[in-house]
Amino acid sequence: MKKAVEIKSLNFSYNDNEILKNLSFSVSEGEFFIIIGPNGSGKTTLVKIIAGILKPKKGDIQILDHPLKKYGRKDLAKTIALVPQMAALDFPFTVTELVLMGRSPHLSMLGFEQEKDLEIAQNAMALTDIEHLAHRTTDQLSGGECQRVFIARAICQEPKIILLDEPTASLDIAHQVKVMDLMEKLKKEIGFTVIVVSHDVNLAAMYGSHLLLLNAGIIASLGKPEDVLTCQLLEKTYNCKLLVDESPVGKFPRVTLVPMAGATYTKVY
Amino acid sequence: MNLKTPFVLKRIVWVSSLFLLILLMTIFIGISIGSTRNGVKAVLQSLFGQGGAGSMMDTIIWQIRFPRVLLAALVGATLSLGGLVFQALLRNPLAEPYILGISGGSAIGAIIGILAGLSRFPGVSFTAFLGSIATLLLLLIMSSGQSILKKNTLLLSGVMVNAFCGAIIMFLVSMTQDSRLHNIIFWLMGDLSMSDIGQVGILAITLFPCFIILFRYSHSMNLLLMGNEMAQTMGVNIKRVTTILLVTTSFMVSSTVCHCGLIGFVGLVMPHLLRLILGPDHRVLVPACILGGGAYMVICDLLSRTLPQQGEMPAGVITAMIGAPLFIYLLKRSKR
Repeated sequence: MKKAVEIKSLNFSYNDNEILKNLSFSVSEGEFFIIIGPNGSGKTTLVKIIAGILKPKKGDIQILDHPLKKYGRKDLAKTIALVPQMAALDFPFTVTELVLMGRSPHLSMLGFEQEKDLEIAQNAMALTDIEHLAHRTTDQLSGGECQRVFIARAICQEPKIILLDEPTASLDIAHQVKVMDLMEKLKKEIGFTVIVVSHDVNLAAMYGSHLLLLNAGIIASLGKPEDVLTCQLLEKTYNCKLLVDESPVGKFPRVTLVPMAGATYTKVY
Repeated sequence: MNLKTPFVLKRIVWVSSLFLLILLMTIFIGISIGSTRNGVKAVLQSLFGQGGAGSMMDTIIWQIRFPRVLLAALVGATLSLGGLVFQALLRNPLAEPYILGISGGSAIGAIIGILAGLSRFPGVSFTAFLGSIATLLLLLIMSSGQSILKKNTLLLSGVMVNAFCGAIIMFLVSMTQDSRLHNIIFWLMGDLSMSDIGQVGILAITLFPCFIILFRYSHSMNLLLMGNEMAQTMGVNIKRVTTILLVTTSFMVSSTVCHCGLIGFVGLVMPHLLRLILGPDHRVLVPACILGGGAYMVICDLLSRTLPQQGEMPAGVITAMIGAPLFIYLLKRSKR
């Protein structure tokens, strides 16, 4: 299968601070790839490098079998779309206007959208179930709605690969599942390659086809959820007490937090 | 309905026509009213060259009022547009050329030019542009490297540069003892009275290309509002766009500053007002700011000419007196 992203011996540092150390891995087309790891392990930096925002000094990155460096800005924007962690907007665009911005790499110099672009935006809004918000301004949206608007904008960009930086971080549990379901649906129906950075190991276990566990800029583990999410490895990486068993929902691991020694808690069950 | 016309373009044409109409109306009012009272009929006759009105009326309208009204329109357009661009660039609704010190820098350049006895064009214009570019460079150095892309660093540096420019201006004014002092002070407060048609024509010719360049980047400004990193992932070349916007705007602002001094609040009020009415799409806002800002300034200039019983007051006084309360009102309203 064709590789969507292929990274070879990637190093990255801010000034003298080494963030990523000799990283090599690849993501196949049509995968649901989830990057997990403790705070400061370099997850967001890695996503920004793949999105072309940060330029690494060392390492080779191929996007769909072409070197990342050879992509023009617009070509890269037609290939990869990024859904940011949480975008705040001081300027009240309507939802339609914001989703339409995703068309920009496809537009001519002045950036006038045609009817065709509006259709694509409406389809993206239908997919993310935000049609009823079309005329609302972005400052009137809840966190979950805002997230879906930004996902719609990314879909509207018509990329091959979609990157999400902690898409569930500020969402309630129902919306967490909805966003991940939506990405699963997009993967299946449109054939997107989905790359997600997440803090939630259980969501990663449920949805990821492959997981990458990052620790202090080094790959701690890479593979299928059941191989990556082992009790011993997670406890070592996160430096806390955990319990891993099979989820009652399906054939994937479930991670349960165990309070640190000395803490008191009441057993209810 | 022609389906091939992009819907945004339709909106731009519609909005621009409306604001052009408003601008033309204010220009007509500005030309009609002045210290010499005469009927609309006489003005119309003079405007459309049907004679009869007498050469005196012709002279007043064409030599005195028309250049002044045109200068006011150009200044208003430039300052509004300058404010709009800086607000988009810094993603900060409080930004405008003054806060960044660009106007202050060009004022320093212009004062040095005046003190050196240079003619207004090209001498003072050139020193003013040098002043604005110098402050821009100072800004870029202060927030050098990657951090130029971060809005707070740039805004904070701007506040410091502006304070520094204010001190230098006061220093230069204090050191000047002779008759030029009154000129400089009056000019600093925003004076539109020293205009002749040749200079205004040259100003118009220098400003129009800037307007076109900024309109060409209006869609990039929309994307910049989402943050530099996001704009980059949507295909915007941040470094290039930021540089072009900064240099074009400071060139534009310095050209007007050396003609009319420091006129504040236009760059803050007009973009806000228009954004409230029209929404935040810069492809619509850029032409609206040019035409609407022009109309606003023509009205302010008219008030500054007609309100005092004798003589006149600097237009900057009027824009600040209208602008500041309106700004506070808008700020209150938008916080709901």
